[in-house]
Amino acid sequence: MTHDFEPQGHTVLDSSDISRALTRLAHEIVERTQGASNLTLMGIPTRGAFLATRLGQKISEIQGNPISVGAIDITMYRDDLRSRPARALLPTTIPPEGIEGRLVILVDDVLFSGRTIRAALDALSEHGRPELVQLAVLVDRGHRELPIRADYVGKNLPTSRTEKVQVNLVEHDGIDEVRIVRES
Amino acid sequence: MKHLLSAADLSYEDAISVLDTAKQLASATEQGVGKLPPLRGRTVVNLFYEDSTRTRISFEAAAKRLSADVINFSAKGSSVSKGESLKDTALTLEAMGADAVVIRHNSSGAPHRLANAGWISGGVVNAGDGTHEHPTQALLDAYTLRNHLRGGEGDLKDVNVTIVGDVLHSRVARSNVLLLNTLGAKVRLVSPPTLLPYGVEDWDCEVSYDLDASLEGSDAVMMLRVQRERMNAAYFPNSHEYSNRYGLNVTRMNRLSETAIVMHPGPMNRGMEISADVADSQRSVIVEQVANGVSVRMAVLYLMLGGSESM
Repeated sequence: MTHDFEPQGHTVLDSSDISRALTRLAHEIVERTQGASNLTLMGIPTRGAFLATRLGQKISEIQGNPISVGAIDITMYRDDLRSRPARALLPTTIPPEGIEGRLVILVDDVLFSGRTIRAALDALSEHGRPELVQLAVLVDRGHRELPIRADYVGKNLPTSRTEKVQVNLVEHDGIDEVRIVRES
Repeated sequence: MKHLLSAADLSYEDAISVLDTAKQLASATEQGVGKLPPLRGRTVVNLFYEDSTRTRISFEAAAKRLSADVINFSAKGSSVSKGESLKDTALTLEAMGADAVVIRHNSSGAPHRLANAGWISGGVVNAGDGTHEHPTQALLDAYTLRNHLRGGEGDLKDVNVTIVGDVLHSRVARSNVLLLNTLGAKVRLVSPPTLLPYGVEDWDCEVSYDLDASLEGSDAVMMLRVQRERMNAAYFPNSHEYSNRYGLNVTRMNRLSETAIVMHPGPMNRGMEISADVADSQRSVIVEQVANGVSVRMAVLYLMLGGSESM
């Protein structure tokens, strides 16, 4: 009964684990930012954007004031654009307050090589100069290829490079779970 | 997408993908991002054998906003006026390393020849060839229709589009009939019999000679330009009669449904196929079509050049 024989992989976080992790992240963010009024969460589509929305709700429940939430698509800023046919673009939504002088927290589902975050920093700089940029991720699976680290981590998940971490969210996949899948 | 030669080359999925990509690119522009990086290091050549203002400027703006290098080549004042053939011009562009060639030519089929003769390795975009096709115009029209009539999403299922005027010489009409059908719209062509092309009965659309009978039930009316050189060529008795029967004036516009829009690919002959007060009215989306043209051409160039070579 080892998970090696399960073709769909195995679940490492279920729905209540994800919810608890996000609640803890929200509290950490409030603590570290000291209830800053210029906080803006920027999710990286697809799933990072949903996570940013959820985190924003939780933080605003704790602080009792609405949190500015947006989304930033990184597709055109990737360093591997030429390795595949042109990719579909995803929505970018900059909140009305903008990001100039704001305390921006980038939100993504999985932190892996760090290349997505590098691209996100480039994409972000097109829209203004934040006072500070931090990074929150649901899962940090290691194997960094750039000098990038997360400020807030939901779950550290040691993985092998042959494995794939799959995050499913209700908003997009109909279920909340994090799975480890072996790549065929 | 390696080339874009005809609106018929676009499958339903391709067409939706261009429109969705254009939507994201337009939103980036609206949010103040003047320049996007994906075509950095790519070279786009605008090869224009025929006069054009908006199409050339639109392609140039599109390529530049995606950070491509742009070379403008117009036949006037170039070696073409010294008699250079399309082939030799193409070989020159290939030697200069063009990744895509945007071509406008007065001969139908020139883009197809350029794409398939083996002269160049880059992609070819048809920016209007003779009386044949103008696929990016059809895409920007579809984008404009989708924005106004379908909330900027999905396809154009059951949208009734009436295209009025000189269909015979119009590459815009042909490309629009093809693309609008792909997207599920219902197209009706309205034109004097002399200005309908041979074989139009095999096109996937309705044909009528009567504009007044076609206004009700139209969700959009697209007026085609009457080219001045046609006015004296006996296709219709005189411009006054044409305007009376096929021109869009306020009386006719008021018979359209409340949500219907008025389109024109430009340049307009005010007072001929469209009256000035219609062109400047609330229903007219003509200026918007121009803005949408840049977004749609950005999308086409991004999808052609924004990924790996082997598409």
